[in-house]
Amino acid sequence: MMTEIGHFALVLALGVAIVQSIVPLWGLRTGDTAMMAVGRPASLVQFALVALAFAALTKAYVTSDFSVVNAVENSHSAKPLLYKFTGVWGNHEGSMLLWVLILVFFSALVAVFGRSIPRTLHAAVLSVQAWVSSAFLLFIILTSNPFVRELPAPLEGKDLNPVLQDIGLAIHPPLLYLGYVGFSVAFAFAVAALIEGRIDAAWARWVRPWTLTAWIFLTAGIAMGSYWAYYELGWGGWWYWDPVENASFMPWLAGTALLHSASVMEKRNALKIWTVLLAILTFSLSLLGTFLVRSGVLTSVHSFASDPTRGVFILTILVIFIGGALLLFAWRAGTLTRGGFFAPISREGALVFNNLILCAACAAVFVGTLYPLALEAITGQKISVGAPFFDATFGKLILPVLVAIPFGQFLAWKRGDIRAVSQRLTIAFGLAVAAVAVAWVLAPGGGSKLAPFGIGLGAWLIFGPASELAFRVRLFRAAPGDTLRRAAGLPRSAWGTMFAHMGVGVMVIGIVAVSAWQSERILVVKPGETAEIAGYSLLYKGSEARRGPNYTATVGRFEVTLAGRPVGTMESAKRLYTARRMPTTEAAILTRGFSQIYVSMGDPANGGGRTVRIYHKPFVTLIWLGALVMVFGGLLSLSDRRLRVGAPRLARRSRLRATGEAA
Amino acid sequence: MIRRLVAIFLALLVVSGPALAVLPEEMLKDQALEARARALSAQLRCLQCQNQTIDDSNAEIARDIRLVVRERLMKGDSDRQVLDFVSTRYGEFVLLEPPFGLHTALLWLAPAAFLAIGLVSVAVFYRNRRNRVVEPPLSDGEKAALDALMRDD
Repeated sequence: MMTEIGHFALVLALGVAIVQSIVPLWGLRTGDTAMMAVGRPASLVQFALVALAFAALTKAYVTSDFSVVNAVENSHSAKPLLYKFTGVWGNHEGSMLLWVLILVFFSALVAVFGRSIPRTLHAAVLSVQAWVSSAFLLFIILTSNPFVRELPAPLEGKDLNPVLQDIGLAIHPPLLYLGYVGFSVAFAFAVAALIEGRIDAAWARWVRPWTLTAWIFLTAGIAMGSYWAYYELGWGGWWYWDPVENASFMPWLAGTALLHSASVMEKRNALKIWTVLLAILTFSLSLLGTFLVRSGVLTSVHSFASDPTRGVFILTILVIFIGGALLLFAWRAGTLTRGGFFAPISREGALVFNNLILCAACAAVFVGTLYPLALEAITGQKISVGAPFFDATFGKLILPVLVAIPFGQFLAWKRGDIRAVSQRLTIAFGLAVAAVAVAWVLAPGGGSKLAPFGIGLGAWLIFGPASELAFRVRLFRAAPGDTLRRAAGLPRSAWGTMFAHMGVGVMVIGIVAVSAWQSERILVVKPGETAEIAGYSLLYKGSEARRGPNYTATVGRFEVTLAGRPVGTMESAKRLYTARRMPTTEAAILTRGFSQIYVSMGDPANGGGRTVRIYHKPFVTLIWLGALVMVFGGLLSLSDRRLRVGAPRLARRSRLRATGEAA
Repeated sequence: MIRRLVAIFLALLVVSGPALAVLPEEMLKDQALEARARALSAQLRCLQCQNQTIDDSNAEIARDIRLVVRERLMKGDSDRQVLDFVSTRYGEFVLLEPPFGLHTALLWLAPAAFLAIGLVSVAVFYRNRRNRVVEPPLSDGEKAALDALMRDD
């Protein structure tokens, strides 16, 4: 019964979405405020209906209702309760439902917190949001309905893909979706501005918190996915330049550029047209990501061609929304007025540079991801574009912007003084050079000769942003009390900027260190034998069989010592999930400081003993800690009064203060 | 993500052999040669899997290619020669770094082209601005006044 209610709610949500797509816009055309006001309640109702549908599907999973096909395919009565919940989005239909749920969740938030937004803009934004949700609700109902029943019901489900039965992957999709679906709000604001033909600095102030929120979630989601791949896939890699990863990375790059250009627009009323275009492109890349992941085109161009229903549907949505928005842009962008003047060497100039590089880097990822698909579709030739391509293109493109970050943060608005900025960065530069020297001396042999400079870059990105804050609070130049007073008076977004940039530095150090200096042993061990790596000794104690709720496991134990002193025990396992007869590797990870020892178990070797792969990964955790620091910076910024949703009235004063301090 | 997992899952179903990528018995005694083999492996993809290097994959075909790489290295091939040999035998698809050619020219040139277009656009943007808005620099008097204000702050 609940399943039917869910199904019904979903269809009803589509109806509401269509009303919301048309009525507020109609009101905007005719100047009818009552019609414009429909957007708000419609958004809330739509959210309630989709949430009800989602709850209905969840109930089928939790109660193991195997008359629902989707639950049969992806659940099992013996599956742990947590994964009964998270299994709901561990499949195509359920994850599309989650996608739409998050979309309408954002619409509802805009409806509730958007009271300060002018009525006309608000109406247009909610309508545009509803266009997107209508399209995707239609997609779910026509091609990917999770509520299909099958009678008689089978006695048992086929279980969720074991690789997905992991807490990391359980929360990865919601975070990721909160990220790239969140960019729909920026998109809706951009399209609404084009429809209205009016845009000003206030627009940027309304858009930024939403963009920042999406960016925070996307950053966290990508980092989470990366850590999951690291420990679950058993290869110890943290980024594979896989098309699916790229699908989420492209909106991140564009979204990061958008955050920066929106700040120019907000502070200086410049780059308006570009910011609108970037908002459209960012969400377009999110849609593209959805298409890549959901259409099956990645597995094979041919499998896409043989069962094109879903793929073609999403592709149509993609073409209509991206094409439509860009056409609207081409038609209306001329009506938007141009903004204020600034010199190339200025804060604005630095942010333009940031946008230039981030977009070029994003384009490199875009081409590398789509080129093989296009080539195969057009000429039938199959090529692979893997990590070496992205290292050679993206890796080189992104470097200049990293080097420039501390300069950009220091430069004044309108017209900056690069010499004065360089002087203020002397200490940071000295510390970066010191970091290069330290890395040079301490580095184990074998790594790249360039690696110490990479560490220096990371240090530059930590000390550079810190120097700017230190300069602003007059650290060591004023009395401590005065410095403290100034620090307390700084807007939180200034702290947020500093932390976000420092996070990049922390991440750079992790990436460089683990790429250059990781060590690896692949060997066969018998119980009682010891493997040595990076000064650690791992004594293999043998393996034993264990039973989990829906799997059996072989667990190998290692006792780890450093110079004779015990530092821990590691248990690495191979699991066999009974329902699907599918094996997984559960790597054992021992964290020491920022570094990790990583043990991945193989099968029994022919002559007795067991094959194991052991890594020492120096400073590897900094990669994800860096992402966390970036997220923390984003949250600080979001808590700034100026950016807080629904509090723009207080913005004027703090903005004046901020520009006063910056100048 | 899900797609990739499905692919991994399928790949796992296909193989019944050892479930851990590079195996100790495959590895060469000569450490320098083995290091080169590992570096080469990172540039070769498993044909059956989705975006996995032959080093990370446990498919039979990946193992075959790993052995071929080591065999060629033992025979004294250079890295380039090994890659050429493998791509002649298994097709260009096996190379994770696509070689520059007529069919990949667009791919390799695109990132630089995008950067160039961006640079030109930014240059044009600044030029137009300069022509449009003429903003005189601060006079000495104005600068002094501004400095005085800043000191007050």
